[in-house]
Amino acid sequence: MAGLELLSDQGYRVDGRRAGELRKIQARMGVFAQADGSAYIEQGNTKALAVVYGPHEIRGSRARALPDRALVNCQYSSATFSTGERKRRPHGDRKSCEMGLQLRQTFEAAILTQLHPRSQIDIYVQVLQADGGTYAACVNAATLAVLDAGIPMRDFVCACSAGFVDNTALADLSHVEEAAGGPQLALALLPASGQIALLEMDARLHEDHLEQVLEAAARAARDVHTLLDRVVRQHVREASILLGD
Amino acid sequence: MASVALSEAEKVYIVHGVQEDLRVDGRGCEDYRYVEVETDVVSNTSGSARVKLGHTDILVGVKAEMGTPKLEKPNEGYLEFFVDWCLALGYVEEGLGLSPALVLVTRSVLGLTVPVGERRASPGSPAHDGSKSQMKCSANATPEFEGRGGDDLGTEIANTLYRIFNNKSSVDLQSLCISPREHCWILYVDVLLLECGGNLFDTICIAVKAALFNTRIPRVRVLEDEEGSKDIELSDDPYDCIRLSVENVPCIVTLCKIGYRHVVDATLQEEACSLASLLVSVTSTGVVTCMRKVGKGSLDPESIFEMMETGKRVGKVLHASLQSVLHKEESLGPKRQKVGFLG
Repeated sequence: MAGLELLSDQGYRVDGRRAGELRKIQARMGVFAQADGSAYIEQGNTKALAVVYGPHEIRGSRARALPDRALVNCQYSSATFSTGERKRRPHGDRKSCEMGLQLRQTFEAAILTQLHPRSQIDIYVQVLQADGGTYAACVNAATLAVLDAGIPMRDFVCACSAGFVDNTALADLSHVEEAAGGPQLALALLPASGQIALLEMDARLHEDHLEQVLEAAARAARDVHTLLDRVVRQHVREASILLGD
Repeated sequence: MASVALSEAEKVYIVHGVQEDLRVDGRGCEDYRYVEVETDVVSNTSGSARVKLGHTDILVGVKAEMGTPKLEKPNEGYLEFFVDWCLALGYVEEGLGLSPALVLVTRSVLGLTVPVGERRASPGSPAHDGSKSQMKCSANATPEFEGRGGDDLGTEIANTLYRIFNNKSSVDLQSLCISPREHCWILYVDVLLLECGGNLFDTICIAVKAALFNTRIPRVRVLEDEEGSKDIELSDDPYDCIRLSVENVPCIVTLCKIGYRHVVDATLQEEACSLASLLVSVTSTGVVTCMRKVGKGSLDPESIFEMMETGKRVGKVLHASLQSVLHKEESLGPKRQKVGFLG
């Protein structure tokens, strides 16, 4: 995109961040009372809600039940008013289906599904405001919601996006940076083991640079982990105070 | 809607309570639960509002887009309604454990909590403990929302909204016209059901009214040159915008017939005990603009008139408190700390 300098000579990005810096993350667990687990996250101007139901009996066709592990059902939807231009359909379009599939992959890698054979875990994610990094925000919100539901997981799943501009890897892309059309990498990390639950890259990027971008995304995901960990601890502390323990 | 399974004994308990003007959560028959209203929660909309009434949680976003007026109304803009229910897919289970208590404690600090109707001191235990032991929810209650099931409810709600806004007095549609027959503003009112805890219609109406109050439409001017071609000029100042007057926007008051009496703002459990209810849409002056009977049971004409009277009375109070809250929130200006879902 001509005329827009994504990275200034001084090393600042459009919104004033450094290359490896995240946007402000605020999160809360236990937003809804009816769901088994729920969470809300704000990453800059990207806002997402996640709700978890389960593990419960398989709904609908029993044939879908897996004999050795739980079925993880993910649905992604994005509010019609979430984007700059109004969306016609909140879900069911190609992007939502793909996003649902990606979330499912991510969480199948993290949830200890073998503990709940023949049952189902539903993860519903809703984006309220989209300003870049929706996949990352959804994964982070869903992690908190799964934790809130008390479903056993191998580890947190922390996601972050990264891009590559002027030989520099940028962490946590905003909408402007995404729209500029450079390479984009979405990464979901299990921080304790350093395992990667999901990796996706669009657009072309030279092999030599891949490690740098991957490293930037992983570092950012670890930063996200620190923040999420703080949110969970805070939540548990508040909850235990309320219970009078 | 999410479903609840109640045993006969539980139903009798609720019905008898209503007869004595004392409901399970300690309210009287004409009392609303606490309503929390916050406007301007989604920044890329023209106006938005989130309303929480008990466990019912609604987010409404209004987006203004330019379009062409309808043929039959060439000098008016129009409103489009859409209802989405994605997160409310699951079944209901009475909140056990940590989250409800947490919500209660953090919310009371907000100062946005609005008592609509006075809450009575309950003689027994508070709402949660009272109902927890009562309610047994079937674990395999199929969510009627899943798949296409929610479509019906969404369409029903959207159609009701169309109907109550389908009169000249509710919103000044002519102010939405930019140039007759060519350009007008279309207001897309998108309702997001985040959680259903009974009394959907009232909550949605409150949220729609609050969101319309919050809506700011950029001011545009039509410039015409000598050849007659028109140009639309958008004001440079982002704060130069028009506001809608929501004075006459109606709100729905749902009256649930339980036994021989009717209650306003029924919870899911009370809705399960009621065979029929009446939706009355009332303006702030108490004018009824639309009425609809819903539910599988039947109502006799006499009780319909009684319910209408109650609806008018309650509706006026509801409007007055909503207006005062909206104005109070606005008077705080841009310095207001936004809470959103984080509070």
